[in-house]
Amino acid sequence: MAAAARRSPLACLEALSLAGTLPLALCGSHSLLGQTFDRMLGFLKNPVVVTAEINLSLVALTVMGLMSRLWGLSYPRAVVFDEVYYGQFVSLYMKRIFFVDDSGPPLGHMLLALGGYLGGFDGNFLWNRIGAEYSMNVPVCSLRFLPALAGALCIPLAYQILVELHFSHCAALGAALLILLENSLITQSRFMLLESILIFFILLAVLSYLKFYNLQRHSSFSGRWCFWLLLTGVACSCAVGVKYMGLFTYMLLLAIAGLHFWHMLGDRTLSNVSLVCHFLARGLALLVIPVAMYLSFFYVHLALLYRSGPHDQIMTSAFQASLEGGLARITQGQPLEVAYGSQITLRNVLGKPMQCWLHSHTNTYPIRYENGRGSSHQQQVTCYPFKDVNNWWIVKDPGMQQLVVSNPPRPVRHGHIVQLVHGITTRYLNTHDVAAPLSPHSQEVSCYIDYNISMPAQNLWRVVKHNILHLKLFISACYLSHCSNSESLLFTFFFQWKILTLKNEDTEHKYSSSALDWITMDTNIAYWLHPTSGAQIHLLGNVCTWASANVAAVVYTCLSLWYLIRRRRKIYDIPEDAWQLWVSAGQICVGGWVVNYLPFFLMEKTLFLYHYLPALTFQILLIPIVLQHLSDHLCRSLLSKSMFSALVVAWFSSVCFAYRTFSPVTYGEPLSVAELKDLRWKDSWNILIRKQGR
Amino acid sequence: MGKRRLPAALPAAAARSLPEAAGTLAAAKLIPAAAPALRQDYGSRRAPHSASRLGTPPASPLSPRPPAGRRAALGLVTLLSFASRFHRLPEPPHVCWDETHFGKMGSYYINRTFFFDVHPPLGKMLIGLAGYLSGYDGTFPFQKPGDRYEQHNYMGMRGFCAFLGSCLVPFAYLTVLELSKSLPAALLTAFILIFDTGCITLSQYILLDPILMFFLMGAVLSMVKCNSCADRPFSASWWLWLSLTGVNLAGAMGVKFVGLFVVLLVGLNTINDLWDLLGNLNLSLVTFGKHFLARVLCLILLPLTLYMAMFAVHFAVLNKSGPGDGFFSSAFQSQLIGNNLHNVSIPERESYLHKDLNNLWIIKKHDSDAADLSDSSSPVEFVRHGDIIRLEHKETSRNLHSHQHEAPLTRKHFQVTGYGINGTGDSNDFWRIEVVGRRAGRLIKVLRSKIRLTHVATGCILGSSGKTLPKWGWEQVEVTCTPYVKETPNSLWNFEDHINPKLPNISLDVLKPSFVEILLESHMVMIRGNSGLKPKDNEVTSKPWHWPINYQGLRFSGVNETDYRVYLLGNPVVWWLNLFTIGLYLLIAISTAVALKRGVQLTSEHKGELSRVVLCGGGQVALGWLLHYLPFFMMGRVLYFHHYFPAMLFSSMLTGITWDTLLKFFSQFLSPSTTARRVYEGGIVALILLIVYSFYLFHPLSYGMIGPMASDPSSPMAGLRWMDSWEF
Repeated sequence: MAAAARRSPLACLEALSLAGTLPLALCGSHSLLGQTFDRMLGFLKNPVVVTAEINLSLVALTVMGLMSRLWGLSYPRAVVFDEVYYGQFVSLYMKRIFFVDDSGPPLGHMLLALGGYLGGFDGNFLWNRIGAEYSMNVPVCSLRFLPALAGALCIPLAYQILVELHFSHCAALGAALLILLENSLITQSRFMLLESILIFFILLAVLSYLKFYNLQRHSSFSGRWCFWLLLTGVACSCAVGVKYMGLFTYMLLLAIAGLHFWHMLGDRTLSNVSLVCHFLARGLALLVIPVAMYLSFFYVHLALLYRSGPHDQIMTSAFQASLEGGLARITQGQPLEVAYGSQITLRNVLGKPMQCWLHSHTNTYPIRYENGRGSSHQQQVTCYPFKDVNNWWIVKDPGMQQLVVSNPPRPVRHGHIVQLVHGITTRYLNTHDVAAPLSPHSQEVSCYIDYNISMPAQNLWRVVKHNILHLKLFISACYLSHCSNSESLLFTFFFQWKILTLKNEDTEHKYSSSALDWITMDTNIAYWLHPTSGAQIHLLGNVCTWASANVAAVVYTCLSLWYLIRRRRKIYDIPEDAWQLWVSAGQICVGGWVVNYLPFFLMEKTLFLYHYLPALTFQILLIPIVLQHLSDHLCRSLLSKSMFSALVVAWFSSVCFAYRTFSPVTYGEPLSVAELKDLRWKDSWNILIRKQGR
Repeated sequence: MGKRRLPAALPAAAARSLPEAAGTLAAAKLIPAAAPALRQDYGSRRAPHSASRLGTPPASPLSPRPPAGRRAALGLVTLLSFASRFHRLPEPPHVCWDETHFGKMGSYYINRTFFFDVHPPLGKMLIGLAGYLSGYDGTFPFQKPGDRYEQHNYMGMRGFCAFLGSCLVPFAYLTVLELSKSLPAALLTAFILIFDTGCITLSQYILLDPILMFFLMGAVLSMVKCNSCADRPFSASWWLWLSLTGVNLAGAMGVKFVGLFVVLLVGLNTINDLWDLLGNLNLSLVTFGKHFLARVLCLILLPLTLYMAMFAVHFAVLNKSGPGDGFFSSAFQSQLIGNNLHNVSIPERESYLHKDLNNLWIIKKHDSDAADLSDSSSPVEFVRHGDIIRLEHKETSRNLHSHQHEAPLTRKHFQVTGYGINGTGDSNDFWRIEVVGRRAGRLIKVLRSKIRLTHVATGCILGSSGKTLPKWGWEQVEVTCTPYVKETPNSLWNFEDHINPKLPNISLDVLKPSFVEILLESHMVMIRGNSGLKPKDNEVTSKPWHWPINYQGLRFSGVNETDYRVYLLGNPVVWWLNLFTIGLYLLIAISTAVALKRGVQLTSEHKGELSRVVLCGGGQVALGWLLHYLPFFMMGRVLYFHHYFPAMLFSSMLTGITWDTLLKFFSQFLSPSTTARRVYEGGIVALILLIVYSFYLFHPLSYGMIGPMASDPSSPMAGLRWMDSWEF
């Protein structure tokens, strides 16, 4: 529901365009700013009148959007595609167990978890297999509600964006309908996935910026101006907080804002002071606030998750000690400083490929390795990823015989030379000029066994303090230096990860695709398949819309080039203001498509069709823009105009038809084999057809 | 029998060798000689067609004929440049760093042995030619750094590289002079480059970099010269500089793909140029068309022709089979003398990189065992696209077979095995043969047809995963059946050897790939090779952000105290000055742009000077720096310090321009003009002296150090190890 605001002297009502989510939220505070006390008392003189204007078509669109996205939300009652991945995080949030998701920032997961929290989810579900039935304790509907809502709200946002770009109501309606009837966006919205939330924030940011920019000319520094500027920054940081992909749109908006500011610089009517104010306001709202908000997401994430969990190990020991359970149980009540005679465990700070502790055991290095190199046949020293009694070492002063802690304890300091004695085997940590087992360029580290051969013990180590030493002595690999007899030679060596079981994750995925496949939609993703009936859900776009969006992009580019070249020769085909509209629409829509699409060609990660959806959204917005432009400026006669309209209607019916045709795989309606085969419009689509008789 | 191409990742350090080219080199050498002569040409000739092009400033304070001072300055910097590059050139008399690759490749050209390298051939051909002309016979093996040259003549190749490296200084001098019209700026740039230890070191060895940078700077100089001829379009000098730009672009691209960045720079400049011309309504569209076609001719067609000519020479010279064969397709290999593709045979199920008898397979129809080759009565049946076949291993009589078991290394793929006894297996032995891009029923041809084998029962595709099997698999490459139906080169195979007594043998000429096919193939191989140069785990690699701060150099020769040590490291004073200047330039450029936009009151002289020199001239150079630096942040391949040197050239030019403008601008506020002049000139001289003094301190880096390391007070470098990351 969008409502334009009408103000009586005092009462002002502004229903935000956000489809009723923020009903009557903000009274245009700017109208209060310049008002004198005298005017504040105006209500005594005039009657209090509330006039609201409601754009019914927008309301209708929103309702249709909500219906299309929320209809039968709890079906299928099974884990669908990446829900298996995000669900784990939701469970961890519910149980307040610490985790780190290295694929993205936490806001998106937190929003999903919010759905779970509101639905009273206790987090008890094993997210292990796509297609697994949800148990009764999982509030499927509320988990999927927020993404679906966000997806539905994209429709009024699209409408508003076109209106703010100064295109006609009809074009705006077209944009909203195209988004409404886009099967891929529907599918992606209806499950516990992040893309629809991301697209919502992206569109919100674009809309806010446009509102802000349109207010700029008449009412700078008014309340509404500030509100939309701030909302731009907030929406941008939310978009980045949901997925790092949001960064692309953020950069685009920054660039556009920079360009607009550059044009302002050329405006000699503005004073230098007001320019500086403008600059600072933009800097604050578009740089400082987004960064602060982004950091706050992490703060909330850490504040929510206070229990120790499976991902502790990638954090520092100091952090781990702050989590409930886990390391804190061990470290409770330990002395802070390491002294001679202390028993310690040594953890590799870097923790890559995984954390491990300096470890030794009675086994010795093999005399000859497989590749024929020899070893010292001394006791093995390894880095062990589990806590074990063999991880304990005692710090010994080389100048003293006994191991006991002297009284008062003498703390170990930076630069001191120590010996490390292995607690169980009482052998000294040693290194010598023998090649390490796997890295021949580094020296072997062993626990010294006195074989009584001409290889003296070299067991003096200098402690180089790198981090603040808490109860543990963190020695990062490169700082553990060794001093032999006279000269202090620095040997850098790495504690090699000696267990070779870890292999590189296979990045190949059955439904992964390349960025080039997306434009033509040569690929799809099967999200869910009913175990018995043929019902299945696919991420599959509206063929007609995708094709038209591509055509629109091509037409836009060609026409722009044509106009540009003609303008350069001082031939003006279209009026100046129409040209400005055309350019600014292109900046947003073509720009949005380019920045959200092209970077994928440089990425080396596994790519899926859903990565294209933000770009697609921008491309869809371009269709009505191009259509309106063609109708306004290229169809000169009345006849051609009506013919063009007829064509547009015909085209739009084909969009509706394509939507209808593919809606069974969008909503997961059961289909017969023949129907499924009919849906396979492209050979490269992977629609799952069961063999007869199975 | 079937055989596929090598899908395996290319070995990081591939073999390399030497060139032997003719025409291209001659053209390249013309440039430095032509440069001074042409400058005179400018002044004296008035082109008839002096269309009033965009306000090109009337060669402002410059007289049309370069004054004697400028020529003397050019002579001086050229002399100093040659002296600094040729000083102690023969030292050290052993193979240094990458000489082991490029020297070896030069030898390959002299010996005409086919090899593979990730770079295009021009640089190595020129090295080979230089070696050939100077009497090097191509017999030195260039096995590893540190090998002594003994009696072998290596000075020709080193001298050639040093010569090209020396040309960089006059080129930069002329470029800056053209951009800023200021002698002090040009001199400052020239001195920076003359006395940079990094540039000297990089120019003194048999490497591709001096050659690349020569063409790169040549292209920039010609472009700038051509821009300044803009008021006399279609004059002889205009044509000359335009075509020289094209020639240099071809040269830069032909040495390393990094040349692409300078192509981009010239391309952007040309687009900008054409855009200006288009906006000039005094020019008719016909004239504009001429301008456009002239640029297409000189900057696209000419370089493309030269570039292809380089490859033609490359393939013509290298006609003997050598270490690079395996990287290319079978069809290509059949062209090499000594590569006996047509009478020995190859592949086997494990993708095996060498050829042996275990690679032979017999094609049988899926439903019959028929067709014993010795049975001459049965008719020949041709295999067609879409046929279902069985492949029987000739030596062991087992069928190529796949089933739904995990492959040994790639868990998500299916295992491929040999199954059955004497050719009787089961339905899992059937494969459908498909030719890429063909329709059903077409015949399949040896070598030329790229085929795909689809497993009938599971629908998976026979492919090579590129992973090496452990010992039990004889360290051969794993073959799997991938269920992911995608088009990748790993799943394409071709028939290489083909034995069928009933079929007439063909001559190899039928198979000969066309030149365009060879060209495309070699580029695919080079691109794959480049992206295959991935850093290994744990390997400490140079990061792009290290470079401008001169964080860490490269050991060219020697490690220990007793060795003759050469260390590639920029002169820290110069490099840090450059780095500082980039920030300074940014500041100046932004304030200038904002001031102009805001219409701040400036004298028209200032305005013209600032916008022309700072924004246009400096902007071009700064753009060059960005284009030669930023792309490295996005590269996944192994990077080295020396990759920064092209960008460093631009950075040095920017330093000259910026400091000159800055000093000029501020000294103008001083009251008596004599003081102003003195301050301005004094500033430039002080900078130059600083650079010379720092070079005096750091010159052992380039000219060699023997004796204790810098940590020892008796070392010549004592106290100069300003950063711990420097290894000397």
